[in-house]
Amino acid sequence: MNARSVRLFVVFCAVAMGGCATVDPWVKPYERANLADPIMAFDRDPISSSYMHHVYESREGARGAAGSSGGGCGCN
Amino acid sequence: MTRYRAVFPNRYIGVRAVALWLVLVVAPLSWSADLEPDRADVLYHRYEGDNATIDGPALLVRKRLGKQFAVTGKYYVDSVSSASIDVVLTASPYTEERKEAGLGVEYVNGKTRVTAGASNSDEHDFTARSAYFAVTQDLFGDLTTVTLSYGRGDDQVRRVNDDNFEEDVDRQIYGLGISQIITPKLILGTTIEGITDEGYLNNPYRRVRYVDPTNAQFGYSFQDERYPDTRSSIAVALRGRYFLDYRAAVHGEYRYFTDTWDIVAHTAEIGYTQPWRNNLIFEARLRTYRQSEASFYSDLFSRVDEQNFLARDKELSRFSNTTLRLGVSYQFAQNGWGILDRGSVNLTYDRIAFDYENFRNAPAGGPVGEEPLFAFDANVVQVYFSFWY
Repeated sequence: MNARSVRLFVVFCAVAMGGCATVDPWVKPYERANLADPIMAFDRDPISSSYMHHVYESREGARGAAGSSGGGCGCN
Repeated sequence: MTRYRAVFPNRYIGVRAVALWLVLVVAPLSWSADLEPDRADVLYHRYEGDNATIDGPALLVRKRLGKQFAVTGKYYVDSVSSASIDVVLTASPYTEERKEAGLGVEYVNGKTRVTAGASNSDEHDFTARSAYFAVTQDLFGDLTTVTLSYGRGDDQVRRVNDDNFEEDVDRQIYGLGISQIITPKLILGTTIEGITDEGYLNNPYRRVRYVDPTNAQFGYSFQDERYPDTRSSIAVALRGRYFLDYRAAVHGEYRYFTDTWDIVAHTAEIGYTQPWRNNLIFEARLRTYRQSEASFYSDLFSRVDEQNFLARDKELSRFSNTTLRLGVSYQFAQNGWGILDRGSVNLTYDRIAFDYENFRNAPAGGPVGEEPLFAFDANVVQVYFSFWY
């Protein structure tokens, strides 16, 4: 990748990220009551899910990507 | 909120009040990241299956320090008593205890959350130390949350009654997680995690069996396992939760896994969560798992040193399992009690059925290589209290 390509890539990223910064959320904060309900949490009880991950990882060949993906409903 | 009244007249007054509170109070705060509330969990866990019992307590405490910092401490104990098929054939039943302790810190600034932590796990023949670092960023009006993480592990493997045996494992973990609000009722998440191991990856006690006509009693003999000293894996998971109008939730999840030992695994889960009145939450889940065997796995090798790498761990065989979970949670002190904001007491029961497709129950006897396939059921119980304060 030459210097011109790098500059173009940087400009593209800057423009793209700038667009992101002004994106209008299609689900408004006041529409997130249902998502904020505890029953909608990916990981309502971390102590319990952490234990079950341990149970499975000790007995299965697969590992990783077993937890929630972080974040949530954006309601904090 | 009228849908609650329409479906269950007079029943969900409390739910409506909570939802209204969320709309009026919580939602306007959503434009800046915030720390989760202070919380403490105390859990007792018990696993029974394949003549092994593992139980013990666990503790998880989270405390905010000001508006931007929080610390988390955890403590976990496994008390193991095992006469499982893994030890019946080539070793002796044993008891041992594993203790794990960890400390984490969290820092929030605007829409960015930084977490870091370390933990230490000790058994008499195994020590595992790990550390992690993660950055989470809310994007696009907080509809999207992206998490990047890195972890490092350092294991020391020892062997009972052999003071000269000590080996190391170095582990690195790379993660990317994204959660995305799709609609006011649907949220999706995906996680990608890559893990690399380098070092002594064998179990120091496990042995493989091979056909040995000179062994008149069994027709087979044993030799030590030999694993490759590197392993790299990648797992990709997609999960979602959907809110049902009568206040319930359904969720689904799928995970694909593959590694350099040729194991390919698929995990799928569906679940349903149903609150009842204002203080009970019921949950049911069904999880299925299936994996192929590692390239160097065999239940019975045809001769000694048949190949460079040898394994007979059932965890590396071709097998499947199915889990049915039932759980109930009772919420108490919802209006506060003393220093408590609220609390819950929870009970979960998981029944796991394991079916092995090329791991045989050798102690059961029979013609060599034609013993019955191994299978067992496990019961997992968790009882825990959660306190928000």
